[in-house]
Amino acid sequence: MSQPIELQKDETFVLNVGPQHPATHGVLRVKMTMDGEYIYKAETVLGYIHRMHEKMAENRTYPQYMPNMGRLDYLSAMAFNHGYALVVERACGIEVPERAEYIRVITVELNRISSHLVWLGAYVLDLGGFTPLMYCFDDREQILDLLESVTGSRLTYCYFRFGGLYNDIDDEFITGTRAFIIRMRKELKMYAKLVTGNIILMKRLQGHGIIDKDMCQRYGATGPVARGSGLNYDVRKNEPYSVYPELDFDIPVNDGCDSYARYLVRMEEMEQSLRIIEQALDKLPEGPVNPEKKPKLIKPPSGDYYAAVETARGNFGIRLVSDGGKNAYRLKLRSPTYSNMHLFDEACRGMLLADALAFMGSLDLVIPEMDR
Amino acid sequence: MSLTLLNVVLAVFIAICFVGANAAYLVWCERKGAGFYQRRPGPMENGWWGLLQPPIDGVKLMTKQLLIPGGVDKAIFMVAPVLAMFPALISFVTIPFSDNIVAHPIDVGVLVIFAFAALGGMSLLVAGWGSRNKYSMISSVRAVSQTVAYEIPLLITTITIVMISGSLNLGDIVQQQLDGFLSWNVWPLHKEVGFNLLMPVSFLILFVCSVAETNRAPFDLGEAESELVAGFHTEYSSMGFGLFFMGEYANIVIGSCLITILFLGGWSCPFGDLGIFPFTHNVGWFLLKIYLIIFVFIWIRWTFPRTTIYGLLNLSWKYLIPISLFNLLLTAGLLKVF
Repeated sequence: MSQPIELQKDETFVLNVGPQHPATHGVLRVKMTMDGEYIYKAETVLGYIHRMHEKMAENRTYPQYMPNMGRLDYLSAMAFNHGYALVVERACGIEVPERAEYIRVITVELNRISSHLVWLGAYVLDLGGFTPLMYCFDDREQILDLLESVTGSRLTYCYFRFGGLYNDIDDEFITGTRAFIIRMRKELKMYAKLVTGNIILMKRLQGHGIIDKDMCQRYGATGPVARGSGLNYDVRKNEPYSVYPELDFDIPVNDGCDSYARYLVRMEEMEQSLRIIEQALDKLPEGPVNPEKKPKLIKPPSGDYYAAVETARGNFGIRLVSDGGKNAYRLKLRSPTYSNMHLFDEACRGMLLADALAFMGSLDLVIPEMDR
Repeated sequence: MSLTLLNVVLAVFIAICFVGANAAYLVWCERKGAGFYQRRPGPMENGWWGLLQPPIDGVKLMTKQLLIPGGVDKAIFMVAPVLAMFPALISFVTIPFSDNIVAHPIDVGVLVIFAFAALGGMSLLVAGWGSRNKYSMISSVRAVSQTVAYEIPLLITTITIVMISGSLNLGDIVQQQLDGFLSWNVWPLHKEVGFNLLMPVSFLILFVCSVAETNRAPFDLGEAESELVAGFHTEYSSMGFGLFFMGEYANIVIGSCLITILFLGGWSCPFGDLGIFPFTHNVGWFLLKIYLIIFVFIWIRWTFPRTTIYGLLNLSWKYLIPISLFNLLLTAGLLKVF
């Protein structure tokens, strides 16, 4: 256990973690002021992968902007697709056929599992265990193959269309997904044995990286980070969209507030996603995946629109201000890890470097999404 | 006199060859082992099953530019990798591979090995200090406190064995374990001390300490790549890095040799000397035992996540040292009784 110590402000040095550092998984830079191996303060420096996505929205037509969604959070691109499709559909009043809604849920949840798998592998890698990464990527590969067969791409999906989808799913996808559910349930049991119960892992995570409910609310943390602090908030339940209200699933919440609680929440979320996929496959109706009547040119009436979805990392909100033209007047993206990351400075003070990096991993940061 | 000198030179030369070959092919074994644990084949491209990978890697390391960053303490920076490699080489001189294959049987062989092992810890400190890099500095401070913490239980456990054997000569220690595997020091039953239940525990302590001494996972805090990039060898390229790498594997071999000699009967056949070739006391058994132990090292590395520095120091100071001290006292008492 790291004991809280009196940190000396005048005996510090600055350790520059990133933008190229194995633990930051991308181009995040953290300027850490250290007293020995203890962190006195940590200053996050963003901007190394800023691509002006919000400004791009003002210069592109609505359909042209859809591919940008896959470039924000490259690990759960499908949910970002969903968010953007949702806000434009709300603005233009486009009806989505029911089959398309179910397929959307299936693909988003598959994507959520693959995202959590990358997190699990990379997180255990942060803690020094290399092997689970390979197992996770092996499982993720199955999802990528499935999604590739319907969307045509493996990572930066652009699958959703306003009012529907690019492509209908086929029987092969359905049987493949059912086989994957069976496989994944077995694998999750294996992860529980290999990783969750490991004594070194438990010692490193339990009691470290404490974020309480209040801090989550102050910083606007969402997703597994907030749910690991006992905050029962999930956009899928609290502000229901798509066909989630018709599906039976639980939101895993853990009161532990530490890194281990966040770990357990994500592991449980994978199981719940499997449940959702299974039900959605059973309920999948026949019919078209695109509406019969769809405006030729997407031109939302002038106004202010908002939609939020639950990505693998939390609440992704998207606010669209339209002046009636074929480009957005202003598009504001509210991405989950941007808020989650800003806890880091306050929560990591007085922590040892090794624990702080384990804590950073438990926030599940995806830099291109934070730094749009 | 000159013959002895020639002997030593020859021995060091053979030791270098042995260490070099071992280091190169242990890397291959490590990668194959990692592949085996991770549902992938490991190196396959160069040679049959990737067997040509180590020499090719060696050529790559040697032909790369040795980059000396501005601002480093050049003399210290250059000395550190040599300091990492050379103690490991010297230690091989005293290790008996069988009753007649030993470079130079020194009566205080155990002492020689520990003296040079301590020097190995210094190379990490020197590398970190000379690099003038914050990550390297943190890493070398960690590595040194780790070496200090783990050398103590290692030494105490070894002293226990030395007390039983009454000799600091590694060959003599093995000579007393030649009557089949029940006479090995790892078992609680022993003709000198009667019944000492703590012996298997001592074996485990020695094993854990060897893993920690060689800076291997789960105790690889010196080069914890997710925290300290590459630790003390962050600034090293080319053969500078290569020597650290080889030194690490040479230390693994020495660690497993020591475990084998002290606890697992060295070159003795586990069934006693049966007189028929594979079942006599010979070097084959010694190699089999050390490679089995190395296999366990690899297995552990690819299974467990890394501990933290305080967890590591706690383990040593709170558990390993008291237990090994207690075993030392118990053994001393039993030696008096029997």
